[in-house]
Amino acid sequence: MSETNFNIKIIYDQMNDGKVIFTYKGDISSDLITDALNIVEEKLRNEKSKNKIKRRIYYVLVECLQNLYHHKDKPPDLINLGNNFAMFVLSKGNDSSYKISTGNFITKDKIQILKDRIDQINSLSAKELKALYKLVLNNQEFSEKGGGGLGMIDIVKRTKNKLSYKFHNFGNNDYFYMLNIKVD
Amino acid sequence: MEKISITGSPKTPFVNFNANEGLVEIKGRSIPENSIEFYKPLVDWLDLYIKSPKKMTNVNIQLEYFNTSSSKCILDVFKRLETIYKARNEVIINWFYEEDDEDMLEAGEDYESIINIPFKMVELEE
Repeated sequence: MSETNFNIKIIYDQMNDGKVIFTYKGDISSDLITDALNIVEEKLRNEKSKNKIKRRIYYVLVECLQNLYHHKDKPPDLINLGNNFAMFVLSKGNDSSYKISTGNFITKDKIQILKDRIDQINSLSAKELKALYKLVLNNQEFSEKGGGGLGMIDIVKRTKNKLSYKFHNFGNNDYFYMLNIKVD
Repeated sequence: MEKISITGSPKTPFVNFNANEGLVEIKGRSIPENSIEFYKPLVDWLDLYIKSPKKMTNVNIQLEYFNTSSSKCILDVFKRLETIYKARNEVIINWFYEEDDEDMLEAGEDYESIINIPFKMVELEE
């Protein structure tokens, strides 16, 4: 299948691998985030992992959902999806690790900045991440959407795992951005 | 000064700011989509309180979760407290965390290293 007709359903199916704890695709709203976090918290109670891991999963999910809420772009006109469409999956691997995957549309102009930022964060040692975290925390700037630019730094700092990502082209200017985070 | 008293919600913390008692408390979860909107009145209140603070201000921060956009706002709160501290007033900051929550302990240590007021780290039993 070519990149241009890559299908949302196939991406979603790929994301839903392992033992799925929670999965969603559709419009993202503040209320949806509240409800999803409630359900995930309830489901995590039944998991046998340490509280420390459960807290980390919840934390990463909070950041990921905020990122989706603030930074998703609308789907291409040809695709019949809501303007606030995004997807996310929390699943458990064969080992004791968990995976959080998110997907949202993004316009081409933002890709390079995003790639550079993730690659930079992935390249840093724990000590460097902590220093960067404090530097960004302590600068007064907020982006126009209220994000502090800290989310991904803090996710990697806490999970100590690198972020993996992919961009699928959906025509000229539209891409689908997939982010995977392992929590173990 | 008017007190600030806010009940906690699934995404926003319980807040108790009381100038007469010199008490600043934030407890619970702070994960709103728009943190600035929530914290602005709190920071404004502190900007007034700075002008005539109590000799001793007790600060209790007991957060279960906070998102990174809240983390900047919480730093704004601490910066106001730092101003009070630098004006030779006593500021006692109690940073509460659950016993195995090393991430929350580390978050407190990060703040402590930025604002230069000693924190009292208080471990809570689960």
